[in-house]
Formats: sequence, C-alpha cells, structure tokens
Amino acid sequence: MARNPVTWLGSPTFPKAAHAALADTQLRQNLRKATTTIRGKRAGVVAELDDWERLRHAGESIKDDVLANLDTYLLRLEESVTARGGVVHWARDAEEANRIVLDLARAEGADEVVKVKSMATAETGLNEALEAGGVRPVETDLAELIVQLGHDRPSHILVPAIHRNRAEIRDVFRREMADAPASDEPRDLAEAARRHLRRKFLSAKVAISGANFAVADTGSIVVVESEGNGRMCLTLPDTLITVMGIEKLVPTWADLEVFLQLLPRSSTAERMNPYTSVWSGVTPGDGPQKFHLVLLDNGRTATLADTVGRQALRCIRCSACLNVCPVYERTGGQAYGSVYPGPIGAILAPQLVNDPDDEQAASLPYASSLCGACYEVCPVRINIPEVLTHLRSEVVQAKGKRTPEALAMAAAAWMFGDPKRYEAAQRAGSLTRFLARDGKISHLPWPGSKWTSSRDLPAVPKESFRAWWRRNRG
Amino acid sequence: MSGPRVALFATCITDTMYPETAKAVVRLLERLGCSVDFPLEQTCCGQMHYNTGYYDHARPLARGYADTFAGYDHVVVPSGSCAGMVREIHPDLVGTSPPVERTYELSEFLVDVLGVTDVGAYFPHRVTYHPTCHSLRMLGVGDRPLTLLRAVRGLDLVELPQADQCCGFGGTFALKNAETSTAMLADKMHCVRDTGAQVLTAGDNSCLMHIGGGLSRLRAGVRSVHLAEILASTQEDT
Ligand code: SF4
Repeated sequence: MARNPVTWLGSPTFPKAAHAALADTQLRQNLRKATTTIRGKRAGVVAELDDWERLRHAGESIKDDVLANLDTYLLRLEESVTARGGVVHWARDAEEANRIVLDLARAEGADEVVKVKSMATAETGLNEALEAGGVRPVETDLAELIVQLGHDRPSHILVPAIHRNRAEIRDVFRREMADAPASDEPRDLAEAARRHLRRKFLSAKVAISGANFAVADTGSIVVVESEGNGRMCLTLPDTLITVMGIEKLVPTWADLEVFLQLLPRSSTAERMNPYTSVWSGVTPGDGPQKFHLVLLDNGRTATLADTVGRQALRCIRCSACLNVCPVYERTGGQAYGSVYPGPIGAILAPQLVNDPDDEQAASLPYASSLCGACYEVCPVRINIPEVLTHLRSEVVQAKGKRTPEALAMAAAAWMFGDPKRYEAAQRAGSLTRFLARDGKISHLPWPGSKWTSSRDLPAVPKESFRAWWRRNRG
Repeated sequence: MSGPRVALFATCITDTMYPETAKAVVRLLERLGCSVDFPLEQTCCGQMHYNTGYYDHARPLARGYADTFAGYDHVVVPSGSCAGMVREIHPDLVGTSPPVERTYELSEFLVDVLGVTDVGAYFPHRVTYHPTCHSLRMLGVGDRPLTLLRAVRGLDLVELPQADQCCGFGGTFALKNAETSTAMLADKMHCVRDTGAQVLTAGDNSCLMHIGGGLSRLRAGVRSVHLAEILASTQEDT
C-alpha cells in the first residue's frame, strides 16, 4: 500500500521538529499574537449563547449517530446525489482519490484548475499529484494561496499561513506575482491577490473543493468560508469536483442548524460565517453542469474500528483546539509534520497513518501536556486527552516491554505495588540528598538532565510524611 | 471526635517530597473537626503510568486505591490532578467504587462537604494563585480555592495574568518534550513575576515543583507554597 500523505514524508519526530520551531522567535511572536486574539474572540461569542453546552452535546450525538450508521448514510448520500444529477466516486486511499480527480480534470481538457480551500485534498496531497499529471492547481483561499506561492507548508487548519506575518507575505507575493505591491498593508496585499485570482476564476473550466458537510437525505453539499473566493469556484466553472472524507455527513437538513452555529463561533469567532454555499447535484442552467463527489476513506474506516479513537472522526475542522493549545502556540503547526496540526492532528494523523512502525506518527500523541484546553473548547466534545493517552498506550504496546522506558515504568509499578517496597524506595530516595545544595538539585545526569536543564529539583526530605505519621500517630 | 471520618490520600509526590503539605492537611482538617486517618497501604494513584500509556500498570494501582480507602466517609486529596485521576479515570480503568465516588480535592472538600470558606487562617503575604489544569478542567473546582484564599487574614491576593494557561509540566511531557515544556514554563514564570507576589500557590505539588523549580533556577525570589499550607497557617505560626 502507498504511504499515507496525511503526514509529510521525511518529517522529524515532534520533539526534534519542535526544537527548530522554538528557536524561531519570529514564528512564536506571530503565533502568540494570532492565537491570543482568536482565543479571546471565540470565548466572547460562545459566551453569548446560553445553550452552548447543549449545542455541543447535540453536535456530539449527531456525529456519533453518523459514525455508528455510516454505511447506511453513505449509501443514502450516494443515492440522493445521483438522483440530482451528480456522479459519486469512492476512493479507498489518497492515491485513488488523486487519480480519480486527475482523470476527471483531464477528461475536461483542463490544464489548470481552481481550488476551494479543502483539508481533504491537502490530506491526499492532491496538488502534487495534479502537477505531476500536468494539471496546475490554483489555490484561491488567500492563506492557502500564500502557502502555495511560498512553496511552503500549511501550519493551521483554518489559516494555513498563520505562521507568516504581513512583511513575509509581501515578500512571497513580490517573488511570485507580476504586479505585486511594494507595501505590506493588508488592503494592498488582498487587492493583489484579488487581481491575481480574478483572472483564474474567469478562465477555469474545472473547480475542486472539499466539503464541510454533506446532507445524506438531500444530497446537499455545504461549504462555509469567509472570503467568497470559494463561492466563485463553486459557481463559475462548468465542472465541479468535491473531495470529501466519508465522516463529513449529517443525516438531515435540520441537523445543519446545530453545526452552522457551532462551526463559525468555534473557528472564526463569528456568529455567522460570511459565505455559506449549498448545492444539491446539478441545476440546469445555473452553476456547474457537471458535479462529481469523491468519497474518501484514507484510513477512516480503520479509525472507526477503534472504540476510543473513533471520536476523532466527529471533528468539524474548526481549529478551536489549535488556537487554545499551549503546545501549538509555542511550536507552530509545521512541527506536527501533517496537514492536521495541533491537538486534533496529534490524535487524527497517527490514526489515519495507522502504521506502528512510523516513528514520527508515534511521537504525535506525546505532543501534549494533557492540559485539557482542547477538550473544553471542542464544539463536538472530542475528549482529546483521552484519545491521546489511548494512542500512547498503543505506542507502548507496539514498542514492547524491553525499551528503557518500559523497564523503568515496570520497575516503578512494582515499587508502587507494595507499600513496603514503596517506603524502602522513599528511604533510598532520601539518600540522594547528598546531590543537593541549599536544599535543591541543579544538575542531574541524563535523563534527569532533561528536567534540570531549566528547573531545580527539591532535595528529597529526610523524613517522608508516612514516616512522620508512623512516628507520631501510628 | 464526632466529625466525619476522613482518610488522607497524600499522593506519592507529596508523601515523599512535600511532607509539610500533608501535615498541613492533617492540621487543617483536625482544626475543622474532622478525624483524619492516613492508611499506610496507600501508594500512588497510577497517574504517571496512565498518562504515559502504561494502562496495564495503572490498573492494579487503581484497584489498590479502592481497597485502601474502602470504609472511610471521605477521601481528601491535596492534588487536583490525582483527585481527577481517581474520579475521572479510575472508573474507566477498573470500574467505579464507593471510595472513588467519595474522593475530593481539598478545596472541594472544604467548600462542598464541610461547607466552610473561612478556615480561620492567617498568612500575611502577597500571594498569587495558579489554577492547575486538572483541577480547573478535569474536576472543575472553579473559584473554590480563590474563595478560601480571600478569607485568609492578612493575605494580599493578586491576580495571575493568563492564569488558565498550562505551566508545561504534564508529567512525562516535561521530559519527553522538555524544550516545549520549558517554553511554556518561561511564559508562566513571566506572568508570576509580573504580579509582584512573594508566594505562588496552587492545589498541586507537581505543578508547583515545576514552576517553583524554574523560579528557583532564576533566583526569582518567589516561594511556591501549597494551598493547604496557607490554609493551615494561623496567627500562632507567625
Ligand atoms: S477536534 Fe474539535 S476543536 Fe479541534 S478542530 Fe476538530 S472540531 Fe474543532
């Protein structure tokens, strides 16, 4: 089987990637500014709704129902899309999805396609596959365009160029666009992008999109966005190809009510997103006259088989968990080596990769202090800390009992398993007092040095509480 | 004594590294009329093993907890993180049990079970409070610790900026991702120093060991003191 491109080939493990990212002070400044602002705004608009918690529960239940009955709903979707003049394709993995899209684009004689921002096609590495097949993809979401023109990688689900400030963006534009502005005023930069994209919209024959939601009952596909560039792609070209993860379903039209409240408040901190495009198959004389829906598995059914891990498939890609994550804020998204960074990436990417020998993917569930901020904001109540420790337990199982860590953990468990052994260990520990000066230890050999490189450790006191209790109260 | 029969679960880190915190809990609870016992069979709640993914090692420790604390009216834990492990995770690992359901983090026990917010403490220092992640988000202790601190005589409570941000400890995270952990710690210390407090307090010695260890390295002149020790202090101590 081909390698799953959801993680980038050759990415270092998380601690190594974080080392490089942490040294980049500009990056940290950009991220802190961006995430602090959006965090505050989200908290504000969420506080406006007194039924927010009930909405979260509703979102969770609807998605759980979808996942439990995915087979039924998918077939229903296929039926309703087909009945309305669309063509449904099934893709087992990224490679298959990319091939389907490339073949469709070629069949239309397109050498250039416009793209709506889409996580599914970022996950499959569609752009690279199209280029290799002689079709030029043009990203039309502003942040996605910045990443594409900069030959860069995304670092955020919603704002893939969040790691760039405006001066850096101006430099990218000047390198890649004929009529780029000299100023780094957001207005001027947006205007340059607008001119650049307008030409593309008007000439493209084929557009490619993802989907935020698909309604099984009606075959309606929903894309929400802020810029309106997506709307241009979804209406102007003659052929529209949508690539969608199989979990993006909702059963009925009425279910959208819940998600169209949850998503904008969680992602952009807006009460309502500026553009919501919905289409059902093909409407003669209006919009694209050919519509293809590619349903992507790429590791999702395997994830569904895991009773704890499957909740990751409830994700609606709002990116709230990234914006509140203290680890993400320090390291940025690229350190995760995947199109899905942050807390959701740490639980989703390893499950989609589904390869116990993949060291990089195995390092992701450890990229968290388990502070729980992600779970608190997640609009579909994904218990991310629970999935993180669950995935850690799978890494532990896969690595076996002979690693230094496994041996140390076994020894600690043996010691804690009996109060007498534990007390003996306390007494032995208190002998390490000789390492301390002024009651603290400032240098330890590896692996203790990982602690003492930045933190003192108190000396183990002479008498444990237990010993004191025995002496005074026992 | 006629008050409730309370078992203290000291937690392995406090028992071993911070005996003064456990002694303070005993003093405080006895002062409030409880009869306190410390069953010597107790060891560790299994959090380190669970969080690092060693579920098989965590399970016997969770069972041991249920056995050790059966037969007490309440179990009091001077740690939001270990109380959270017991109440939220033990049921998933080994099923629930009466001692698990009767386990309280210290501030919860004082406010919810004993119904006191003024524990009669005296602590004449400028103090800032860090709400640790598990007490805040796993247990939801809310502002109980702050309510208790506000009632302490002589205490000048200063608000910690960005209080709800993680300090970067996270158990083995501090070692496995030491550099990211340190970056988080640096920001937390910055906020603590901005307050001008003499004392940093929290309901968890593990987080205090982390932030306190960083402050000590910087010779920042801010002491870290567990909430229990502040609440146990009286006029006579000074
Ligand atoms: S996991 Fe939850 S918070 Fe994170 S992106 Fe998905 S839906 Fe949003």
